[in-house]
Amino acid sequence: MAHQLLRFAMYKDHPEPRMFNTPDELQDSYDVVIIGGGGHGLAAAYYLAKDHGITNVAVLEKGYIGGGNTGRNTTIVRSNYLTPEGVQFYDKSVRLFQDLSQDFDLNIFYSTRGHYTLAHTEGSLNTMRWRAEVNKHFDVDSEVVYPNEIRRDVPEMNLECGGEMPVMGALYHAPGAIARHDAVAWGYGKGASLRGAEIHQKTEVTGINIESGRVTGVETNRGTINTKKVLCAVAGFTPRLTEMAGFSTPIQIRPLQAAVSEPHKPWLDTIIVSGTLHTYINQSSRGELVMGSSLDPYELHSTRSSLDFTEGLIDNALDLFPFTSELKVVRQWAGMADITPDFAPIMGKTPVEGFYLDSGWGTWGFKATPVSGKTMSELVATDRVPELIEPFRLSRFTENRLMGERAAASVGH
Amino acid sequence: MKLVPCPLNGWRPASEFAYGGPVEEMPDPQQCTDEEWMHYVYGHDGAPGVQKEWWYHNASGTWFVAERDTAADKFIRSYLP
Repeated sequence: MAHQLLRFAMYKDHPEPRMFNTPDELQDSYDVVIIGGGGHGLAAAYYLAKDHGITNVAVLEKGYIGGGNTGRNTTIVRSNYLTPEGVQFYDKSVRLFQDLSQDFDLNIFYSTRGHYTLAHTEGSLNTMRWRAEVNKHFDVDSEVVYPNEIRRDVPEMNLECGGEMPVMGALYHAPGAIARHDAVAWGYGKGASLRGAEIHQKTEVTGINIESGRVTGVETNRGTINTKKVLCAVAGFTPRLTEMAGFSTPIQIRPLQAAVSEPHKPWLDTIIVSGTLHTYINQSSRGELVMGSSLDPYELHSTRSSLDFTEGLIDNALDLFPFTSELKVVRQWAGMADITPDFAPIMGKTPVEGFYLDSGWGTWGFKATPVSGKTMSELVATDRVPELIEPFRLSRFTENRLMGERAAASVGH
Repeated sequence: MKLVPCPLNGWRPASEFAYGGPVEEMPDPQQCTDEEWMHYVYGHDGAPGVQKEWWYHNASGTWFVAERDTAADKFIRSYLP
């Protein structure tokens, strides 16, 4: 036994890698370089290979794959947005998500739960009605429900909310789901790697090489790579990359914090969101309550978490579920979110030819992973902007054609 | 607890303040191009570094300017505009 273990320790190729190959050497050039080995970057690599046959691709990740915002979100998948563009985009993503376990031959623990967005005021109830109508128009299952129905479905919830902000109704979105976020990154990484893409971890991009308005390569901490196409998919780091590429975006970075409780028996089948109380809660398959709140109040390029956040979050969560007061918070963390003025992503071409941007994912990036990979890979492969993402172009800010998705963000910002 | 330096009231808890965003020079609306105006309204260089920002102290109704390192989250100085 000891002999065998020693042999495995010394012999590099055995046992086989569980998920993806980790090549030692960077090549001098690639057809496509993807900056950022999170869900979005890996999904783009996967669909570049699968849909377009482009496999000479390097995914460069400065940390480890899925270690950024892919591993820091609260794993919710939904498509109950407000604008027609947003609803159609996320609906496509939900449909792709439902097949991923089969596609990857890897269980992503996709679990359809039903998603409640609570309304505590007449104004927000009106927004729910508006969202329900837009959703239905595009065949997305959403409806406004009232306290009696909510009480039947979620008997544990205190609809009085401590008396100050009683629940007046909710937008119920039946396809709302949760999924194992790490598995999504691993599955895409595995699928891309099997088809020939190279995943390079601990490889940080330090510069973008541009000649007469065209990208020619990237500088990394492991040397220079020549390429004519670069996809930048680095949630939380976008402004640093666009600064290297010589243009600016309206993106601000703010921390978004989340926490989980200790595990306990399953009792919460649905996903509960309250924009007014700045709270969203679901129960993971391990039994933990996964909880998030609103963005930090000011710009910050850091993933520190704070006591203010936990106190504020728990104060509001207890209004909804008072009986959880004995539960302990076991873990809290923060991710850096790309925040745009209209709470919609920025996807597509940039002033630098061959440099494509997949960014502005704020608090809504995980649920877009499959569709962003699908559409961005099409854009990179063909240089034509797919109809589904055309409205999310960077130039919408100079054209004053903003998206107005703020009311459909999970939480009040 | 996070503290913010108010030029009138000294260091106070961050919960007493509202963040007003970065200080940016307004171009002349009559003279500038549409593009310059849109850049002023929406455009913003979000890269980390020392940034001049508007802050408001709720209790005393004071707007002031603070210089803050957005990577280290440290206030460098603050003053009345």
